[in-house]
Amino acid sequence: MQLKAENLSCNRGGREVFRNLSFGLKTGEAMVVTGRNGAGKSSLLRMIAGLVRIASGRLSLEGGEPDIPIGEQAHYLGHQDAFKPTLTVGQNLQFWSGFLGDGRTVEGALQAVDLASLTDLPAAFLSAGQRRRLSIARLLAVPRPIWLLDEPTSSLDAPSQQRLAELMHVHLLDGGMIIAAAHGAIGLERARELKLGLA
Amino acid sequence: MRSFNTLLLRDVQLATRVGGGALMGALFFLIVVTMTPFAIGPDLALLRRIGPAILWLGALLASLLALDRLFATDHDDGSLDLLMMAAMPLELTVATKAIAHWITTGLPLVVIAPLLGLMLNVELHAAGWLALTLAAGTPALTFIGLVGAALSVALRRGGLLLAVLVLPLTVPVLIFGVAAANAAILGSGPFGPPFTILCALSLAGLVLGPIAAAAALRHGLE
Repeated sequence: MQLKAENLSCNRGGREVFRNLSFGLKTGEAMVVTGRNGAGKSSLLRMIAGLVRIASGRLSLEGGEPDIPIGEQAHYLGHQDAFKPTLTVGQNLQFWSGFLGDGRTVEGALQAVDLASLTDLPAAFLSAGQRRRLSIARLLAVPRPIWLLDEPTSSLDAPSQQRLAELMHVHLLDGGMIIAAAHGAIGLERARELKLGLA
Repeated sequence: MRSFNTLLLRDVQLATRVGGGALMGALFFLIVVTMTPFAIGPDLALLRRIGPAILWLGALLASLLALDRLFATDHDDGSLDLLMMAAMPLELTVATKAIAHWITTGLPLVVIAPLLGLMLNVELHAAGWLALTLAAGTPALTFIGLVGAALSVALRRGGLLLAVLVLPLTVPVLIFGVAAANAAILGSGPFGPPFTILCALSLAGLVLGPIAAAAALRHGLE
């Protein structure tokens, strides 16, 4: 499976964010998108997720399911965590598991991010780092090959960052792909780098 | 089908929790209808004549009340992004949310309408017919409002704009709703034709509303 971008351009609010961006990413590979604030890192991730319109160029997933949009084969971990404060941690995750995936139980995913003991706590009481970990648990609860991570390590403590690095490593070994936007190291040693905003 | 059930259940659950606003519309409905007799005075014949109109107007405004929350909360916390990335077609997702919205805001209006009808000198058996017209007509209000909610999703304080967008489109529902209710209560004309048109409006809304709302959401992506 290969994710291929050819001459992608992005316009947002009438401003050109980036132009003629091309890259290819194969199964088991990771790519870190870097660049200054406003260079279009988040826009690129959202574009791959199908949440921002492609101004020009082509984005394709070769060897994947041709009829399914890329966004439906990808996870998007953004700045907003998409959890409802009045539902519990378990209910929140179970909803996404049922809606996006096959509705499997989420205990394993919660254990993987060390939140199993908080399953019955309303999400309103989670700290920023715990909310982040719950978002990461969503990536595990519903298997999808492409992970789009927008600054995944923000507000995570050192052990959690280490845990995330391990989970990403396992995902790549399983034949997944990761595209992450980041300012610092996020624990993907062998990732390629895509610098935005050089022009 | 599982996605449908999961989303429906979640939205109903969220609406009935604290801050969900499920009964806000019903409460507003109650206030409007109970205040009307005080404003008009103890003229029972007059109350009986304008009762259906007051009930329908109250239901119309009450169903608008919680409409701006339909997509706004999901938009604000990023859920909408993920809802759009699901395998379920966006049209169906949007329709599911509308159905959940009707269950939590429209259905309570239908249930309390016969009771409130008593305050407007509508007999109980006639009030049952009136509730039937509301049951047939309020889904149309929800599905029309759905389009407005999708259009105004990214706007802060989009509530007023939503009302301006949606209210003109709800005029046919109001006309045929009141006509059917009047026919049932006062016997002023046939009940069948306005009632079937009311059902038709709801069914057309069920089909067209989600398509338009999904298109509006997709357009708002950029």
